Amino acid sequence: MNSDRRTFFRSFARARVQPPSDAVGLLYDTTLCVGCKACVVACKAANNMPPDTDGYGGGLYDAPEGLNEFTKNVIALYKEGGEHSFVKKQCMHCIDPACVGACMLGALRKGEHGIVWWNADTCVGCRYCQVACPFNVPKFEWTSIKPRIVKCELCRERLADGKQPACSEVCPRNAVIYGTRAELLDEAHRRLAAHPEKYVPRVYGETELGGTQVLYLSHVPFEKLGFRFNDEEGVPARQQTIQHGVYKGFVAPLALYGLLGAVMFRNRRKGGDSDES
Amino acid sequence: MRAEAVGGPILTRVYKVLLGIGILGVAITVWRFAVGLGASTALSDGYPLGIWIAFDVVTGTALACGGYAVALLVYIFNRGKYHPLVRPAILTSALGYSIAGLSVAIDLGRPWNMWKIPLYFRSWNLNSALLEVALCIMAYVGVLWVELSPAFLKNARFNTILDRALIWIIALGMLLPTMHQSSLGSLMLLAGPKLHPLWNTPFLPLFFLVTCVAMGYSVVVFESTFSSIAFKRKRETPLLGNLQRVAATIGVVFVTARLLDLAVRGQLGFALRLDLYGMFFWIENALFILPIFLKVLPSAMVLALAGALFRFDTYLLAFDSGPGWHYFPSVAELLITIGLVAFELAIYIAVVKRFPILSGAAPAPAH
Amino acid sequence: MAHRTIDEQLRLAGVSRRSFLELCGKLMVIAPALTPAAMAATIGRARRPSVIWLHMQDCTGCTETLLRTSQPGLGDLILNVISLDYHETVMAASGHDAELALRDAMDQNDGKFVLVVEGSIPTKGDGAYLKIAGKNGIDMLREVAGRAAAVISMGSCASWGGIPSSTINPTGAVGVDSIIRNKPVVNLPGCPPNPYVLLGTVLEYATTGKVPKLDALGRPKFAYDRTIHEHCPRRAHFDAGRFAAQFGDAGHRSGWCLYKLGCKGPVTHAPCSTRHFNEVVDCWPIGIGAPCVGCTEKEIAFTVPIFTTADIERPHGPDTYPPIVAEHRGISPAATGVAGLVGGALLGAGVIAAKKLSDDQ
Repeated sequence: MNSDRRTFFRSFARARVQPPSDAVGLLYDTTLCVGCKACVVACKAANNMPPDTDGYGGGLYDAPEGLNEFTKNVIALYKEGGEHSFVKKQCMHCIDPACVGACMLGALRKGEHGIVWWNADTCVGCRYCQVACPFNVPKFEWTSIKPRIVKCELCRERLADGKQPACSEVCPRNAVIYGTRAELLDEAHRRLAAHPEKYVPRVYGETELGGTQVLYLSHVPFEKLGFRFNDEEGVPARQQTIQHGVYKGFVAPLALYGLLGAVMFRNRRKGGDSDES
Repeated sequence: MRAEAVGGPILTRVYKVLLGIGILGVAITVWRFAVGLGASTALSDGYPLGIWIAFDVVTGTALACGGYAVALLVYIFNRGKYHPLVRPAILTSALGYSIAGLSVAIDLGRPWNMWKIPLYFRSWNLNSALLEVALCIMAYVGVLWVELSPAFLKNARFNTILDRALIWIIALGMLLPTMHQSSLGSLMLLAGPKLHPLWNTPFLPLFFLVTCVAMGYSVVVFESTFSSIAFKRKRETPLLGNLQRVAATIGVVFVTARLLDLAVRGQLGFALRLDLYGMFFWIENALFILPIFLKVLPSAMVLALAGALFRFDTYLLAFDSGPGWHYFPSVAELLITIGLVAFELAIYIAVVKRFPILSGAAPAPAH
Repeated sequence: MAHRTIDEQLRLAGVSRRSFLELCGKLMVIAPALTPAAMAATIGRARRPSVIWLHMQDCTGCTETLLRTSQPGLGDLILNVISLDYHETVMAASGHDAELALRDAMDQNDGKFVLVVEGSIPTKGDGAYLKIAGKNGIDMLREVAGRAAAVISMGSCASWGGIPSSTINPTGAVGVDSIIRNKPVVNLPGCPPNPYVLLGTVLEYATTGKVPKLDALGRPKFAYDRTIHEHCPRRAHFDAGRFAAQFGDAGHRSGWCLYKLGCKGPVTHAPCSTRHFNEVVDCWPIGIGAPCVGCTEKEIAFTVPIFTTADIERPHGPDTYPPIVAEHRGISPAATGVAGLVGGALLGAGVIAAKKLSDDQ
């Protein structure tokens, strides 16, 4: 990309979004997780989610195969050769959320403490948020005739009562802990510095995809755990740079409208649009 | 040559078949609302958008860009001789866009909130490309039916008012598609890294716009040809030939541009892979280049197919939610789409027979 | 006799302090939180409560459970901690002396005794199916309960009708709380229930003057607020999907979960999984490899067949994990068929049309 094009786009480019000052989040450390799934059970109970007994639950067990309309938090197992790790999957509460950028009427919004939450009032069920999210987090209630978008909201209501999210509260090994994003980043770097041999030297979520409020430390490469993307740019950034570039202040559309009208006016005066063939 | 109603009976055998297919589609739509999207479609969290969006809306509106494309030619480039093609093109566009709107209402999970899109302006997320598409399309449907209204309304006063405002309405009818057809391209850019590099270009909006113009001309060509034959009118062969040449040229220019763009982005490697993506990429390109070597009608059909494939690929093939997800439309999705298209054809035929849409009353001369 | 404190009585009876502390320790498992020593002190200070025990349509199993222990002295312990003033099975008196004993017991402890009822009360034919000493069961119950401070329904029969009330219920058997409405009634269902539940209830009443916290069915929460499934020692096998398929098969001999043999543990509220019977570890149905039949629950016991599997109300995760990449629903062959047909037809029509119309040009 030559510098002219770059500077041209830069003039419309969105500034990199910063985390809110009161941003909270979670830090999950794969070296501490034992796969007890207390967090999965606690999340279901705290959010009144129904059990997911289809699939390999066989009607007896609540065994979701991943995040879905009945499951906001799940522990998956990565196993390959001698290497294995658990990984906790839930909404990453991105700093520059793709889903928020996508939503037409702001049903998904980034609210207090930077938590990304869904409001039934203005959702039309278009599922554009599902297209946008790089982590495939928002799930749609396919089995309902009044479907909602289902995803982790960091137990907003519990936070309002001064409690922690259910998952971090119940974890018996503090594999997932709750705190402000700043504190959690500090703690993550402290662990990386103290035991560099235990971890992949990266805090996933620090800068990836614009940064997230849910951070990960891992002892196996992050791609193995299902983290597909490492781009630094927030997902909405490029699309919005283009859209804003074209529509900024609505100047271009109005100019085009004016031009079209003017041309047609001139043509009509010239008498060009006859029916002669 | 003034436009005239074609006349003749509407309820022919073919017509009844179309109605039958349409009614089947309606019945299945009722069922879809009764059981929900999960039970009636093959959509999933990995493929939240399916053919109702990729075909009915994205491709359907592009195919309905005839009105836009011909209006550009007649009113901006001042080619008055194409004027007889305008009204039928506007009718096709009006129907196509209305069906697209209906498809959206069927696809939405919470359609009872749909009215909030144009009216809840305080909730508008101005960053959302989808909002812009939705509002633009809603406005454009209105503009199209207004542009078409002289064919239905014989009220003289209304027609004079309309006549004076016509320039601004027609200008709007060219502005709006420019905006939303390009935005339909930028829609998929929000998938970010989930969109395959062969389609993931910042020029996607421009490519969508340019190909929709080509598709618009192509649709006008074969809709005009089929109408002439079906209703025994004189064929506008030289006019159509010119149109198709323009469209085919656009096709070649588009392919050149996208290859250049790939090279500049450093992604040509993906085009040389023997995977599904590489394969479909080249099939698209072939279909866009071929028309310039073909005769008018096959050229139009191939070009329309090329544009449709390009859109299908952008929305369904290039979009990758990760391993483990599959999508192929369910029987219900297919039948509802087919039913809607059948209804669109049926309404077109009925309108053309009863209202002054088509020009050229003289029957085809004997060979 | 009813005025001595329990401490005094125990000393008189020569029961060792250690035995008493052991008893309090056993009560701990199913009673509210206090250390054994604290409980011993609290209980010790209380006056021995007077207990009158009536038998209705019963099998005497609930009495047997109270006395059936493998540790010598527990029977004594129970009899020293409570004052069992009238009990047709164990008392010495009979005939007219027995009637007199009942009268005396009621007179001496009027309004203060605890009435324990064992067995269901028949209501058909005006209660004619049960007559003791010339009185029918309903009248006897009403008379004695009228003068009691609290009523305890010992066993499923007294709690909700038990075995006699199953299927056609020929005698119209009902539980105590269908007849006694104006006194606090504590239901201790079970067939038989655990004797420590009775002991805990009576002692709580003796020490606090109030019956324990009860659930919606009148059962003490300290024993009946959990299902067997929640504390079952075989739960790990359930979670891991290891089930005995037939009596005597390898799984059954390995002590695997009995769910598939019809165990009603998931739907039965009772303390049996934490407190076994007869003071022998694993001396309870599941412990010996017999599926729980749900004997405390009115809708289950003697109604749902023993080998019918129970519904799991609140399933929890099994002992397996979803993979990082899960395969989701595949493609419908029917849909590909329809799409192929339509697509092919359109393509074909297009080709034919193009050829024909190009020729015309």
